[in-house]
Amino acid sequence: MSTQSVASPVRTSILVEAPQKRAFEVFTADMASWWPADKHVLEGELAGMVFEPRVGGRIYDRAVDGSECSWARVLAYEPPSRVVFSWDIDLRWQIETDPERASEVEVRFIAETDARTRVELEHRALERHGEGWESMRDAVGSPNGWGDGLRAFAAYLAG
Amino acid sequence: MTYAQGPEKASAGPPGRPVADQPLAAAAVFAALGDPTRREVFERVAARPQSVGELAGELPVSRPAVSQHLRVLKDAGLVSDGPAGTRRIYRMNPQGLDHLRAYLDHFWNQSLAAFKTAAEQPPKESRK
Repeated sequence: MSTQSVASPVRTSILVEAPQKRAFEVFTADMASWWPADKHVLEGELAGMVFEPRVGGRIYDRAVDGSECSWARVLAYEPPSRVVFSWDIDLRWQIETDPERASEVEVRFIAETDARTRVELEHRALERHGEGWESMRDAVGSPNGWGDGLRAFAAYLAG
Repeated sequence: MTYAQGPEKASAGPPGRPVADQPLAAAAVFAALGDPTRREVFERVAARPQSVGELAGELPVSRPAVSQHLRVLKDAGLVSDGPAGTRRIYRMNPQGLDHLRAYLDHFWNQSLAAFKTAAEQPPKESRK
């Protein structure tokens, strides 16, 4: 626990009392039904979320005035078992416009029974958000410390 | 967000375990680094451990202002301080960065719990 694991993936899972297909659909097509209401990058009143169900599709928020805010790209779409999307959001809930600086989220849906699904989520490549995290980790042990990586990190946080 | 009034000794070294499940900690990190001057203070401290006086000498802000910025950074867990002779030296607390990871961890745990609730509802009779 004392290693500098700032860029290790975030992993979590949950057991859902629902069939695999249903779990997959709710996670993707019906994302708006569970996504935290206060976690939207869109400005203005939210009308809905759209998950374009194909590789290369987008996930976006739609406002009542018709404007859209795309915050993810679908990288893998394998119903009902797996979906991967980019995370084009920085930690201040602003859009990250550089895809090289986006992390990604993989979600796997594993049928435990016909009516029960284990959903495993991995949010990885966090270091891409700023060279900060990775180079900071490397810099910890170096004599002149944190310099450039930190600057990138701070800039990333500042948006 | 006033938990930095605690014992001075506790802040000298990194905590044994990164603070997980604490969205407030992450929020404090973002708030702390949202101010350009404070970010500058943080970068300088991260580049080289130093005292309030040294920082104030390098920056176009008063010594009390530097102290205040350091206080906020310390509250957010980004810097820690410790005595060096008669001075107090501030340095970056690398564990502070784990807050960011903890933030996402917290976000997904919360979100998946909501997802579970939604998925376990009877499907709506909507057109396919």
